[in-house]
Amino acid sequence: MNLLTSWLFDPTNWSGTGGIPQRLVEHLWYTALALAIAIVIGFPLGALVGHTKRGGFVLVGAANVLRALPTVGVLTLVVLLAGIGLVPPIAALTLLAIPPIMAGAYAGIQAVEPVVVDAARGVGMTEREVLFQVEIPNAMPLIFGGVRSAALQVVATATIAAYVGLGGLGRYVFDGLALHDYPQMAGGAILVAVLAVLVELVLTGVQRLVVSPGLRPVRTSGGTQR
Amino acid sequence: MVERSAVVSGRGYCRPHYRDDRKDLGVIEFQAVTKRFDDGTVAVDELDLTVDPGRITVFVGPSGCGKTTSLRMINRMIDLTSGSILVDGKDVRQSDPPLLRRGIGYVIQQAGLFPHRTVLDNIATVPVLAGWGRAKARKRAEELLETVGLPAAMGRRYPAQLSGGQQQRVGVARALAVDPPVLLMDEPFSAVDPVVREGLQDELLRLQGELGKTIVFVTHDIDEAIKLGDKVAVFRTGGILAQYDTPAELLARPADDFVTNFVGRDRGYRALGFLTAGGLSLGELAPVKVGATVAEARQALRDGWAVVVDERNHPCGWLSADRLSSVDESATVDADLLLAGGSLYDTEHGSLRSALDAALSSPSALGVAVDGQGVLAGSITADEVLRALAAARTAGEVPQ
Repeated sequence: MNLLTSWLFDPTNWSGTGGIPQRLVEHLWYTALALAIAIVIGFPLGALVGHTKRGGFVLVGAANVLRALPTVGVLTLVVLLAGIGLVPPIAALTLLAIPPIMAGAYAGIQAVEPVVVDAARGVGMTEREVLFQVEIPNAMPLIFGGVRSAALQVVATATIAAYVGLGGLGRYVFDGLALHDYPQMAGGAILVAVLAVLVELVLTGVQRLVVSPGLRPVRTSGGTQR
Repeated sequence: MVERSAVVSGRGYCRPHYRDDRKDLGVIEFQAVTKRFDDGTVAVDELDLTVDPGRITVFVGPSGCGKTTSLRMINRMIDLTSGSILVDGKDVRQSDPPLLRRGIGYVIQQAGLFPHRTVLDNIATVPVLAGWGRAKARKRAEELLETVGLPAAMGRRYPAQLSGGQQQRVGVARALAVDPPVLLMDEPFSAVDPVVREGLQDELLRLQGELGKTIVFVTHDIDEAIKLGDKVAVFRTGGILAQYDTPAELLARPADDFVTNFVGRDRGYRALGFLTAGGLSLGELAPVKVGATVAEARQALRDGWAVVVDERNHPCGWLSADRLSSVDESATVDADLLLAGGSLYDTEHGSLRSALDAALSSPSALGVAVDGQGVLAGSITADEVLRALAAARTAGEVPQ
């Protein structure tokens, strides 16, 4: 126990350059950046295919191919192509985040009840209004599911930024490994795990605010039909 | 054009009492309309039909007869292949579909409410799309909630918290939001249970009496068609119009075997629902009050039967000589002694069908007639109904 926590609770590790707060901010920065780019790319693609109901097969295939890519392999490849810097880890993390976001948007929009979409068109919504006012709001639970799952994977995997010389909590893991400083390694790993849980909690909170109460699972009131 | 004034038909179906001041808006004309789908199937074949403004026109037929396709071509949810559809003289293809649809009410099966919006916001959908502004749209939605008979508090709920019948009422309110002259209803009541469905049908007729919309209503249920329609268009498989007539005509003179079969059994009996029973003469009844003694009741028996009324003179059931013979003279007449009566015949709104049914369903073979307020008015026999029918035939009131 002491082995695991001695480093983590040492006050000197909690300040200054290379301290835990700085690494935490770096880690969150990589995560947010990768997630944002993945949303910008993955969400419209998923939403478009879900709305038009065309190309679902291609989309699912593409998502599966992306999922099959080994992240460290992608990282190495991009380093070889673009050199060391922020680009390789962000590219690798973005590719990791796209499939769940895209699949969530696609599945969510595609699963909106046909009768609801028919009604939306029938009362005079344009295709744009159907998508933004009806399909996306109703798909929110699944869209958010995709974003949360992507966020979790990215937070956990953002450690690889340290592998190519950047910061983030991965620094402690890789440095600890190199120096045989196991308390530092363990401390880094624990921080990553705790951060992942916190991100999940925050996103769950945001989801409660964003998703309409009308979409929450209903307690059947057993009311009579009248 | 049919001008059917407040006639009650069938099992007391209340026909809308149309206002005289309704505008003649919402004439829909189908001119040689054909719909051929990409796979070659012809859903609608050279349909020529004019929907009367301010009336309910029902499209009915078996599945695959093109009734829904015909309806959906009016608001361009489906585009026709050839021919044209005119709404108030304007070809629907000249309008941009979303704009066209905002001007035509649309009600579908299972209501199709937006799950993520409150009831009030659902109803306010079209006004908001039309750019009314939130406050005005909300106010209109509140009015409509009342129009369709739902409590104001329900406006804050979400569709999932409503029963099927309530959802469908909200669906109707949403369609009425910008007061369009035309309402398209695609099997709106087929997903709710029969009791609720009947309530919704009555409610629609009541609303129509107030609003006088041009309603095109699609159903596969001929009874619903006959109950609701001012005119009924019967379609046969392949999108061919088999007959377009008033319900009374449809029952009296089906155009061919297909319509005869589709209209179904008891045609003659059901047609009685369209004949007013004005000429019926009622027999006298000496009623016994609830709470009278058995001795008094025995005095009142005619042919072994007496009808019992409550303190407001509303009939509550029958007493038979058989039943009275086994109780003590001094006992009082109460609910335990009564035999349930048959259906009541309402002299103000009733049809020959309801008069005949009252006679046939009564344990004493005497139908009980009441006035519009439910007060006992007299008795009616099956013979008398048949006599009135014969008289109506002679007078030419019955379609031959």
